[in-house]
Amino acid sequence: MTIRTEKLDRLAELTARRDTTTGAGLWTEALRRLRGSKMALTGAAVITVFVVIAVVGPWLAPHDPTAQTWRDEVFVNRALFVGPRSGNWLGLDHLGRDQFSRLLVGARHTLLVGVVSTLIGLVAGALVGGVSGAALAFGGRAGRGLDTVLMRGVDMLLALPSLLLAVSVAAVMGQSLTTVMIAVGVVQIPVFARLLRGSMLAQAHADYVLAARALGVRRRRVVLAHVLPNSLGPVIVQTTLALATAIIEAAALSYLGLGNPDAAQPEWGVMLAQAERFFVPEDLLDQASLMAVCPALGIIVTALGFTLLGEALREALDPKLRG
Amino acid sequence: MLRLIVRRLLQLVPTLLGLTVLLFLWIHRLPGGPASALLGERATEADRRQIEAALGLDEPLWVQYGRWLERLARLDLGTSTQTSRPVWEEFTLRFPATAELALTAMLIAVVVGIPLGYVAARRRGSWLDAAAVSGSLLGVCVPVFFFALILKAVFAVNLGWLPSAGRRSTGIDATEVTGFSVLDGLLTGEWDASLDAVEHLILPGVALASIPLAVIVRITRAGVLEVLTEDYVRTAESKGLRQRVVRGRHVLRNALLPVVTTVGLLTGSLLSGAVLTESVFAFGGIGRFVADAIDARDYPTLMGFILLIALLYVLVNLMVDVAYSVIDPRVRVN
Amino acid sequence: MRIISPRTAKILATVVTAGVIVTGCASDRDDDGSGGDSGTFVFGAAGDPASLDPGLASDGETFRVTRQAFETLLATEPGGTELVGGLAETWESDPEGTEWTFHLRDGVTFHDGERLTGEAVCANFDRWYNWSGTYQNTTLSYYWQAVFGGFAENESEETPDPNYVGCEAPDELTAVIEVAEPSANYPGGFSLDAFGIHSPKSLEAYAQDEAAGEGENITFPDYSQRAGTVAGTGPFRVTDWDKGNGEVTLTRFDDYWGDPAGVGELVFRTIPEEDARRQALQAGDIHGYDLVAPADVATLEADGFQVPTRDVFNILYLGITQDRQDALGELEVRQAIAHAMDRENIVATQLPEGGVVATQFVPHTVDGHSEDVTTYAHDPQRARDLLAAAGHEDLALDFCYPTEVTRPYMPAPADIYELLRSDLEDAGITVNPVPLKWNPDYTETTRDGGCDIYLLGWTGDFNDAYNFLGTWFADYSKEWGFENEELFAMMAAASSEPDVETRVGLYQEINEYVMDFLPGVPISSSPPSIAFSPDVNPPTVSPLTQENFAEVSFR
Repeated sequence: MTIRTEKLDRLAELTARRDTTTGAGLWTEALRRLRGSKMALTGAAVITVFVVIAVVGPWLAPHDPTAQTWRDEVFVNRALFVGPRSGNWLGLDHLGRDQFSRLLVGARHTLLVGVVSTLIGLVAGALVGGVSGAALAFGGRAGRGLDTVLMRGVDMLLALPSLLLAVSVAAVMGQSLTTVMIAVGVVQIPVFARLLRGSMLAQAHADYVLAARALGVRRRRVVLAHVLPNSLGPVIVQTTLALATAIIEAAALSYLGLGNPDAAQPEWGVMLAQAERFFVPEDLLDQASLMAVCPALGIIVTALGFTLLGEALREALDPKLRG
Repeated sequence: MLRLIVRRLLQLVPTLLGLTVLLFLWIHRLPGGPASALLGERATEADRRQIEAALGLDEPLWVQYGRWLERLARLDLGTSTQTSRPVWEEFTLRFPATAELALTAMLIAVVVGIPLGYVAARRRGSWLDAAAVSGSLLGVCVPVFFFALILKAVFAVNLGWLPSAGRRSTGIDATEVTGFSVLDGLLTGEWDASLDAVEHLILPGVALASIPLAVIVRITRAGVLEVLTEDYVRTAESKGLRQRVVRGRHVLRNALLPVVTTVGLLTGSLLSGAVLTESVFAFGGIGRFVADAIDARDYPTLMGFILLIALLYVLVNLMVDVAYSVIDPRVRVN
Repeated sequence: MRIISPRTAKILATVVTAGVIVTGCASDRDDDGSGGDSGTFVFGAAGDPASLDPGLASDGETFRVTRQAFETLLATEPGGTELVGGLAETWESDPEGTEWTFHLRDGVTFHDGERLTGEAVCANFDRWYNWSGTYQNTTLSYYWQAVFGGFAENESEETPDPNYVGCEAPDELTAVIEVAEPSANYPGGFSLDAFGIHSPKSLEAYAQDEAAGEGENITFPDYSQRAGTVAGTGPFRVTDWDKGNGEVTLTRFDDYWGDPAGVGELVFRTIPEEDARRQALQAGDIHGYDLVAPADVATLEADGFQVPTRDVFNILYLGITQDRQDALGELEVRQAIAHAMDRENIVATQLPEGGVVATQFVPHTVDGHSEDVTTYAHDPQRARDLLAAAGHEDLALDFCYPTEVTRPYMPAPADIYELLRSDLEDAGITVNPVPLKWNPDYTETTRDGGCDIYLLGWTGDFNDAYNFLGTWFADYSKEWGFENEELFAMMAAASSEPDVETRVGLYQEINEYVMDFLPGVPISSSPPSIAFSPDVNPPTVSPLTQENFAEVSFR
């Protein structure tokens, strides 16, 4: 995700060019643009469907997603799986559980992992970035020192391969759902930190801030009441994009065997990782392949939804990209 | 230029020291230890104590860290507890594979991505633009390991066009010079070895390129679009400069700046992807080795890897700065 | 040097023009491997060998390679588990079982031209016995310590006393090995791969290397890390180890005493991922691989690949740590757990063909297996009644299982866990899942008695029930968490019984006793599958997973 920061740093500058001190102008303008964007509409539609499924899925599911009701009918050792049939619309999984019910209920866990881990990255990253940005802009020499130290750390985290970082977090904390969320979230911390810092720095040089400072408004107030709220635009964009990444990274962790240990609970990443070994390259529509393809499609479509909305939001906030 | 490099390297020293201390404390928090990892299911408590004593793990942490630094001063990274071979040797064995894979992916991403992004921007709104944009959006949304799996299923298993695993076919005699298999073939004149290595690089290279490609297409497109609206481009065009000159000298050159930065920043994410791609294609690189090192609590390997990554990061960003100065005369470094 | 093949040129063209149509099919890749005389056989290995000296190893990946180049005094019959002559044509022991005489095969030549003699055999055993420094570490000398105890001069208090006394060569072709105490480890131990016999000349070369070992690091000596120095008597000699590509190359040894190898070159290529190995076989990049996932067996067979079935020689069991919870110390509770488990379903749906439900802690292929043990059928109601009778209806158990691992006795632990958990919950037992990484977390936690119940197993090294039972029940251990002096005494008596028939009888009694005491629940014995491409004559598969690749040839 590191690559997006540069673009977003520039976006941060754009927000500073405005004349008003409230966010209304830019946001109204952005919303107006979003309404006309096919990309945004598609993204929003996908996300809405996903969230609705995540919320009501467990009530819609025709069967208990964890019950091995038909376990005598599935022979993993002979690669005999049960495909779609009445009652089991997407067939059975490798332990004789209803695949359709698992997909429905799985949406909830997938959403949960995505949202919580993004929140972890957002909150921790914003804290580091906010402190760093405020320190550099208004903290004088000591502030510069603090900023340097914090950003050195952030840069190093950025340089580390995110997946290895996540793997080491998982190794230290032991396997659990919480671990997955933290491991995926930690990776996002440096991205958010850099972003908010850059955004705040751009704001710090805006005329209204200089004016406020000249009028004698206290530094803390300037930061909290003016600079911070006006710096949040790019962070919101990044949050949307990070949701997509979080879902994909969680799947990658599952693939490496570090996913949610309670594999009876359906989650798309875990389902994909578990079914991947039955995958038959010759026939993507064989039940053995479908067990992997279904959750994979779920992940891809959902991630695409978040990405579409995020990109549309970015374009809306950045008039230059619209030419 | 030389001063810049020296200054960068000097700046690196305190950062690295801090980083290694942090990492040292972090990895020693991992439950279990290399002794248990080494012994597996047949070990006794006594075996474990014996090995811990032999590895010096029964001493206080600061003593261990001191010993590690002392060795580092002698350019000795220690011995991998996972394989019982020197860490340095393990790295020189495996790093070329990963570097080769990452370079291939980057090459694919740049060679395909920049022209595609450029054309998409010039023909804004055309079907080509739409395809490039949606393709690049999709590119970041498909899990790398799943994409790799599909690629392998189609091109290696079903069609049989390309090898499914490894870096080299059996029966190909290749002399090792640098460890970069394509380069080695060229250096020694063993063309078939080079070609064979290229064949083995294509599928993992494409899989790994998916994300950087998507990113580069988008950034190039955005960069070109932005530059096209700049006054100087309009001026140049209205001056009646030939289109080729405008494109080459003004548009592409300026649009490439963010792309260059991006290439530098992608190093980390490429290595992440390499862990997964190497797994799927049994490509004996450093990514999978390090992921295994975490499992095996292989402290010396992990410490060595961090040093390697930090050096690499600095090096790549140095190259980015140099590239900047070549492309953009305003930031030319003296 | 080969000229660029049309196919390769085509692929290059594809790269350059980025995606023009290329024609070709899977068989295109098949001829890649052939070359040299009678071809090159490529086998996909799950991991790199640790060393080329089997004496320093304890893992199957290493032994699979070294087995082709080194031979042991005794061997197991092809496809079976009975001991037969190896480098020794015949052997005998004195009535006490402490003096073992081996009559060596005549005319056996080492890869470096040396001759096999009694002196050469003794030089090997004396070398192992006199190991010092890092060699005394169990990572390097596991099997020596397990079979012959310690060393001439033990350097650590943890190392056991040596049971090895000495070796003498009364004539050219005889070696006499003396041990202090009889043990169930003999004569089976003499067939272990770790005790492959090296040429005396290579032993001298090793000795030069040994000084190089650093005190602080456990490093494999240099000679064991590259081809060239090691020399055995096997049908292949190691000619190259390309670590970067994970390939060990062995070449046919022309002066081999027995039938010459059927292929000119044998390559072991490391492909760590299970799926990648299967696809490499399907794509024709390799000619065979081991530990085929049961689900892949049918697919591969349907595609014309050969998947010969091995005999079973392992046990998968549900371990119980009795002293972790008072309830687990009660026999009725353990019986309830056994009755709750639907082991037939696991065997029918998860394990490869040839898998069977285990009735006791040794597989039925091992001498000492008893027909008269108590059995526990799947009966959830009975389980619930037993729990109620014991007053433990609210039983809750920490159930540990390993993630990301395939063992020869356990193809998909997470799935087996899921099935068992569902069974236990049906009997009213609350299950708390504890997934752990196999290495080191899982092995360590289970060994330290950190789980109420857990999945583990064992593959035998040679056909003696003590190799199974002795691993678990010889003494108190934290993983089982029980003291049972009666059982421990029975084990000691069996181990020191020199007469084979009497010993087998004792083993049967132990098996019957154990299944009444029920320290854990044996689940299954299942053969790990091995697959070969259609164009080869595969070797005789072995229940000990000790295939001899000299038997391989191309059709």
